Amino acid sequence: MSFLLAQFLSGLAQASSLFLVASGLSIIFGVTRIVNFAHGSFYMIGAYAACWVALTVDSAAGFWGGIAAGALAAGILGAVMERGLLRRLYRSPELFQLLATFGVVLVVQDAVLALWGPEDLLGPRAPGLTGRVRLWGQPVPLYDLFLMVLGPVVFAGLWLLFHKTRWGVLVRAATEDREMTAALGVNQSHLFTAVLFLGCLLAGLGGALQIPRGSVNLHMDMAMVVEAFVVVVVGGLGSVGGAFLAALLIGQLQAFGILIFPEITLVLVFLVMAVVLVLRPYGLLGRPPVEARGGEAGPVLRPAPPWAGWMAAGGVAALACAPLVAGDYALLVLTETLILVLFAASLHLLMGPGGMVSFGHAAWFGLGAYAAALVFRHLGLGLAVGLPAAPLLAAAGALVAGWFCVRLSGVYLAMLTLAFAQILWSVAFQWTAVTGGDNGILGVWPGGPFAARWAYYELTLALVVAGVVALRRVVFAPFGWTLRAGRDSPLRAEALGIDVRRHQWMAFTAAGAFAGLAGGLDAFAKGSVFPTHLDISTSVDGLVMVLLGGVQTLAGPLVGAVVFHGLETEMLRHVPYWRAVLGGIIIVLVLAFPQGIVGALSHRFGRSRDS
Amino acid sequence: MTGDALLVVDDLHAFYGRAHILHGVSLSVAAGEVVALMGRNGAGKSTTLRAIMGLVEDRRGRITFAGQDISRLSPHRIARLGLGYVPEDRRIFAGLTVLENLEVGRRPPRPDAPAWTVERLFDLFPNLAEMRNRPGGRMSGGEQQMLTIARTLMGNPRLILLDEPSEGLAPRIVEMMADAIATVKREGLAVLLCEQSLPFAGLVADRAVVIALGSVRHTGWMGDLMADEGARQAYLAV
Ligand SMILES: Nc1ncnc2c1ncn2[C@@H]1O[C@H](COP(=O)(O)OP(=O)(O)O)[C@@H](O)[C@H]1O
Ligand SMILES: [Mg+2]
Repeated sequence: MSFLLAQFLSGLAQASSLFLVASGLSIIFGVTRIVNFAHGSFYMIGAYAACWVALTVDSAAGFWGGIAAGALAAGILGAVMERGLLRRLYRSPELFQLLATFGVVLVVQDAVLALWGPEDLLGPRAPGLTGRVRLWGQPVPLYDLFLMVLGPVVFAGLWLLFHKTRWGVLVRAATEDREMTAALGVNQSHLFTAVLFLGCLLAGLGGALQIPRGSVNLHMDMAMVVEAFVVVVVGGLGSVGGAFLAALLIGQLQAFGILIFPEITLVLVFLVMAVVLVLRPYGLLGRPPVEARGGEAGPVLRPAPPWAGWMAAGGVAALACAPLVAGDYALLVLTETLILVLFAASLHLLMGPGGMVSFGHAAWFGLGAYAAALVFRHLGLGLAVGLPAAPLLAAAGALVAGWFCVRLSGVYLAMLTLAFAQILWSVAFQWTAVTGGDNGILGVWPGGPFAARWAYYELTLALVVAGVVALRRVVFAPFGWTLRAGRDSPLRAEALGIDVRRHQWMAFTAAGAFAGLAGGLDAFAKGSVFPTHLDISTSVDGLVMVLLGGVQTLAGPLVGAVVFHGLETEMLRHVPYWRAVLGGIIIVLVLAFPQGIVGALSHRFGRSRDS
Repeated sequence: MTGDALLVVDDLHAFYGRAHILHGVSLSVAAGEVVALMGRNGAGKSTTLRAIMGLVEDRRGRITFAGQDISRLSPHRIARLGLGYVPEDRRIFAGLTVLENLEVGRRPPRPDAPAWTVERLFDLFPNLAEMRNRPGGRMSGGEQQMLTIARTLMGNPRLILLDEPSEGLAPRIVEMMADAIATVKREGLAVLLCEQSLPFAGLVADRAVVIALGSVRHTGWMGDLMADEGARQAYLAV
């Protein structure tokens, strides 16, 4: 009994830091409508800065000064990010904002690596709070008690700030209606900078307060941003009270989940999120988002002119001849690029015509890869069975997940896709007997007629071309038109008797199948499958490719995949801090081409024809 | 009339995407004057007000307020010069209380405009005084209309752009609105009022500007328009 109590208290301590970080994320979203993917990075900055100060100034003043310094550093950098980057993107599509903050994630990772090195840091314990007290017979760390008190104190402080100060009232007004707030004479540019400062300060504080509880490392950004997203989405985007409730819930789930399923607390957390989102699509205390006035239709997708078709055919023919001149390494890079092209094209079906943003498209890519590898390893069957199994299993998975996902929209939908991907990731990671866990499944080679690099390349080329052509067909078939009608004006489409959800569900499943095919091809191309096939960075790669190329063009994802993979392989080889460089390039591209590369080109082209 | 005009709009064009909505609207409002901007549904009345306020991104033409060119300023700068905006859909902050809604609109008093306080506004709209701490989302349409006007007056403006304040309200509330407009006019405030209802405009306005399809068709004294059967038939009859 008292053991359960100890567990409960530890859950409360955990909930406190979760709440700090998540409330910051929620406040930032509420006012700016920007989903700050870099929020975990500010958490990490807070932790590193605090740890560094505390280790350098080895005293109580150093420790508490470090906490303050960590929080402040994160807050100031957040304000800098708002001034230098976000401010230019408030009118861009939300995905571009996401992409830009993802560029920040990459830059911060390398900046932290350069400043503090790759080794984990171990911070000091909190002076004066190192002991334990006995509560109902259980020893409870004093520091945990401190955190438990701090959470509600910060919550109360935020409540007072937002209800009892003019600044807070203005922030709440801007959260509801930015245009009206401006028309009443409020200068939102200061307001937004201040909100970013506050939100990132909270993230940094959450990170700084973690140093006595665990090591400070380079992975804490992604781990935290996913958890914070879950808390915010469960609580309701933009609601601080919701974040508080959800943090309590998730904190307890983690504390007790460890007792029941030691290794899969993550699955449990995401399952709870899925249930909450299906029952309450806007989170526990969230409100349905106010539709922006004058909803704009997405630009019309038109089939490319005939000459483009001939050029594409010529390009494919040239690619088919590549083995005559290219060496094995070049062929491998080409094969990988083709696979990414298919992956990006499948995601594009979802995001472009479907209007559904997925943060978890890696789920279907990875599921396809694992299907191929599992057939190979456990049934002893080769490519002839393994490769067809990939799209089938992925489609089956997407069919199930899609049923839930199409009930939501926007960021909530994106989070639910992420949830499914994380669940699959945990299964792959932890079900070692079947999946090999972290060691993955090795030796998955094509064999037979496709054993040679060039033969497998030709097979990949044929399947990818077939896949892309099929996806194109889908977009321009009546199905595609209907899908876009549902995206642009769901109510009108419903009124015309179109079952929008059903179309979205079918598109979700089809996108999953093609991503699965790409995954299966990838398994045989590399000869191995790892949980990384399913992880969030793979999903983000897909997003970056689609967005780089432009969501509203069909050629976009293809170009995006080629540019992205080219940048990545070249930089991996030649540039020491390639992540920072890639992040910088993403940021510059987003700022320069808010419509994507191909979008920008065709826009310019279309303009010159108009005039 | 334009010599001492407070607000001068000259050849204003406005676009929503590719749609060209306003085709060269020109009008002026003198200090302390109430001008009714009239026209049928979809004529471009609201777009005119939104363009003056800087809320329509794509706008061309010259707009001067108190001698200053405001045609390229952002909405909050325009508001700070003393131009108040009351939108037709009211846009009350639903999660904020009456007092908080008023707080958002509060700006320092200016020498050339009447100064409002919360208590003075509660005198103007006694209904609001009884619901200081009620969230805006739980008020009736008439109460919201009073609150949105009061909120804009908290900015101590010299001129307010008032978009269809009588729309969809009970006759008793419409009367209160007309009284309120008369009161603020007596305080020296100028008003540019969008209206479709001729009787309401006739109660409060000095002059009328009639637009149709985004162009001005008629400008004149309110009384003359009321008397001119032909003009009324041509521009205003449904
Ligand atoms: N956000 C918008 N996007 C596109 N067209 C609009 C928008 N708002 C208004 N319009 C169009 O502009 C025209 C003028 O509208 P509006 O100024 O609201 O007229 P009024 O206020 O006189 O009824 C109408 O044809 C309307 O359909
Ligand atoms: Mg109107």
